[in-house]
Amino acid sequence: MSGADIQCRELRLSRGGMEFSFDFTLAAGSVAAVMGPSGSGKSTLLDLIAGFETPNSGEILIAGADVAQAPPARRPVSMVFQENNLFGHLDVFSNVALGRSPSLKLDGKAREDVRAAINRVGLGDKEKRLPATLSGGERQRVALARVLVRDRPVLLLDEPFAALGPALRSDMIALVRELSAERGMTMLMATHHPEDAERIADTMLYLEAGTIAASGPISRFFGPDMPEAFRRYVGSK
Amino acid sequence: MARGDERVVGRKANSIPYGGRVDNRQERLDGWGYAEARRKPAPPASPSAGSGSAPSPQRGGKTTRTLPGVLTLGAIGLVMGGAAAGLIWEAGSDWSGAASAFDNYLLRVVQFTLWQALLSTVLSILPGIIVARALARLPAFPGRGAIIWLFGVPLALPAIVAALGVLALLGRAGIFADALSGLTGGSWPGIYGLSGILVAHVFFNMPLAARMFLEAFNAIPADHRRLEAQLGMGSWSAWRLIEWPAVRAALPGVAMLVFMLCVTSFTIVLLLGGGPAATTLEVAIYQALRFDFDPARAVTLTFVQLVLTVVIVTAAARLGAHLAGEAFLSVSNRGGLFTSWPEKLLNGAVLIAGFLFVAGPMAAIVIAGLDSDLVRLFGEASVRNAAATSLVLAFIAASLSVVLSVSLVAARRALELRRGAMGRPGVLERMTDQGAALVLVIPPIVIGAGWFVLLRQSGAGVFAAAPVMVVAVNAIMAMPFAMRAIRPAYDSASARHERLCAQLGISGFARLRLIDWPPLRRPLATAFAFAMALSLGDLGVIALFGSEDVRTLPYLLLQRMSAYRTQDAAGLALMLGALCFALMMFADWASRRAR
Repeated sequence: MSGADIQCRELRLSRGGMEFSFDFTLAAGSVAAVMGPSGSGKSTLLDLIAGFETPNSGEILIAGADVAQAPPARRPVSMVFQENNLFGHLDVFSNVALGRSPSLKLDGKAREDVRAAINRVGLGDKEKRLPATLSGGERQRVALARVLVRDRPVLLLDEPFAALGPALRSDMIALVRELSAERGMTMLMATHHPEDAERIADTMLYLEAGTIAASGPISRFFGPDMPEAFRRYVGSK
Repeated sequence: MARGDERVVGRKANSIPYGGRVDNRQERLDGWGYAEARRKPAPPASPSAGSGSAPSPQRGGKTTRTLPGVLTLGAIGLVMGGAAAGLIWEAGSDWSGAASAFDNYLLRVVQFTLWQALLSTVLSILPGIIVARALARLPAFPGRGAIIWLFGVPLALPAIVAALGVLALLGRAGIFADALSGLTGGSWPGIYGLSGILVAHVFFNMPLAARMFLEAFNAIPADHRRLEAQLGMGSWSAWRLIEWPAVRAALPGVAMLVFMLCVTSFTIVLLLGGGPAATTLEVAIYQALRFDFDPARAVTLTFVQLVLTVVIVTAAARLGAHLAGEAFLSVSNRGGLFTSWPEKLLNGAVLIAGFLFVAGPMAAIVIAGLDSDLVRLFGEASVRNAAATSLVLAFIAASLSVVLSVSLVAARRALELRRGAMGRPGVLERMTDQGAALVLVIPPIVIGAGWFVLLRQSGAGVFAAAPVMVVAVNAIMAMPFAMRAIRPAYDSASARHERLCAQLGISGFARLRLIDWPPLRRPLATAFAFAMALSLGDLGVIALFGSEDVRTLPYLLLQRMSAYRTQDAAGLALMLGALCFALMMFADWASRRAR
């Protein structure tokens, strides 16, 4: 399976006294970094695509089909949150398997897939562990294993590694890059770290005050003609 | 909590360790249970953005969670409404009788009700503060945890059992009777009337007050304690500058709660009081209905009681009192306190005195109970029937209470999710939040009295309704406590799971079985056991509706007491106390494992 293109057309939402509006197209298989100051709408944009927010107007086309009004589970989208990705009372295997069957009814093939995914993220020996006994990085690996099992063309990451230390974050970025390359998923990752964006993304969506203030190939954002707004955000280095 | 929690790395204060509890005051949630605090404050909208504050999106499929809550509110309304209808009907049919009940007797009863409540409050609060301070300033006292735990037991101990404990200790034939006769130089008359009521009320409410004040002491920031040590404050300075402000903040709420509990106290006054000189409104209602056959007077008394409690509860709500006490406190050990040896000794003595005061009546129940002919009692058909009736009714009441509580908790949460963090709670949501507190305004005796006159007026059998009345009123009565056990667990699970379930498409029965049930199992067990203990020990409704056909253990106990079969009463009290104690232990165990 490969990625799907995402088109947001005149997407509008008002929330908590703030207006959000988005209009952009992301090609299939591309990896976009979503950056911007706190409150600029990074999470809101991802929530709109994932279906946790319903827009007041506009369309969200994924592979050509408008999903703007569909419930989250019916969208071709997986999302990894910063925390609370796992059910604390279920072991690693069950948490991953929920990506295949929401009622945990698994046949032999499904069990194989779940095991393979857990092995792929490097947790093969921790299938029976409860989330409370895992480190923060391991928990996010479990969440990524579930993304593999769910097998949806779009992956959204909402600052998923913000709570991890620099070295661990770097490892996780590498893992995500491998996985997305294997599956060819279209990916959006909200992050506060420019170096993460530069390592993983080919496209940048830079937000300010609820809308896209600048966008384009990632190289432009870290080259000499860096957009002025983005320069202000990252500060002069 | 699990040891591995230090590995939970949260960026914000709202990060929730797996399996941990969430303080729901800190949580503000958007439409998907996503902690709102996660988002930084939004910058002001640009003026060009227009005024379109469209309603937040509403999702279907959530009525399944609000409908049971609405039905629950309806059921509570029906029980309250039936009582009100009975009172109004009776008053309407005998207007002059109800009006003529405003006499000197009524005035005396109101005066005594308020006077004994005021004395009980003062006598509970002041020692409560002293004991709480001793607990706070002696974090390493041996048995400190046991004392705090013991102070929670009276919450679930039936009032009738406690009253018997006080009598077994200080009654005419009590354990201390000989010593007291020697001290007073005459024959000890037994502790009846005001002094008996006060001792029993303090037995119940001093530990409650001490635990609530201990929470206030524990809320003092650790840094203030460090400053206290660094600046070399003595005990008195520490009290004046650091502790008193914390206690003062908690004082009005605790005082109002205790006052309210004493104003509506029925069982203790019935057993230890008596006569026109020591009768409260609730006991007077009971006597008017069961002995004087004067329903018109009962209506007037009920009306006055209702006005009193509404005034008190309104005042208490203004002062921020939690009317449903927390049964199980976590025992926190605070370091960083440096106290002198004389102070340590004094506080140790305070703790031992407090322990003896609370443990005394409990020990007396056991001693007096074991002294009775337990084997013969067990052999009596009436005892076995009463025990079976009690267990069945309490089981049904507790089950109903838990179901109703879950309905309200789930409905409140669903409504909160639907409106999002920005919206204001609607009327229905506030009712699901506060509806159960209604029973604290309207004591069981008042509901019982209303239905009693309604059933009598309408010609239906009063005593045939006993099981239904006991179950319905006890179930509703336990709801504030059950909701306090269930709601934090439900809300925190919902906060963690709502988005995941939506994304993974987990819904319906699969969600109930896989996601909702596991974290709620233990809080539900706690709520059930606590509700069952409350229901088992209740004498309020059954005192009105009990008959030879429907007798519970407390009712049988009251009958044996009235017939001066004190030994039998002591044996029954031990049985009842042991049952409630076992339920309390189970509830405590379940709540500990839940944390």
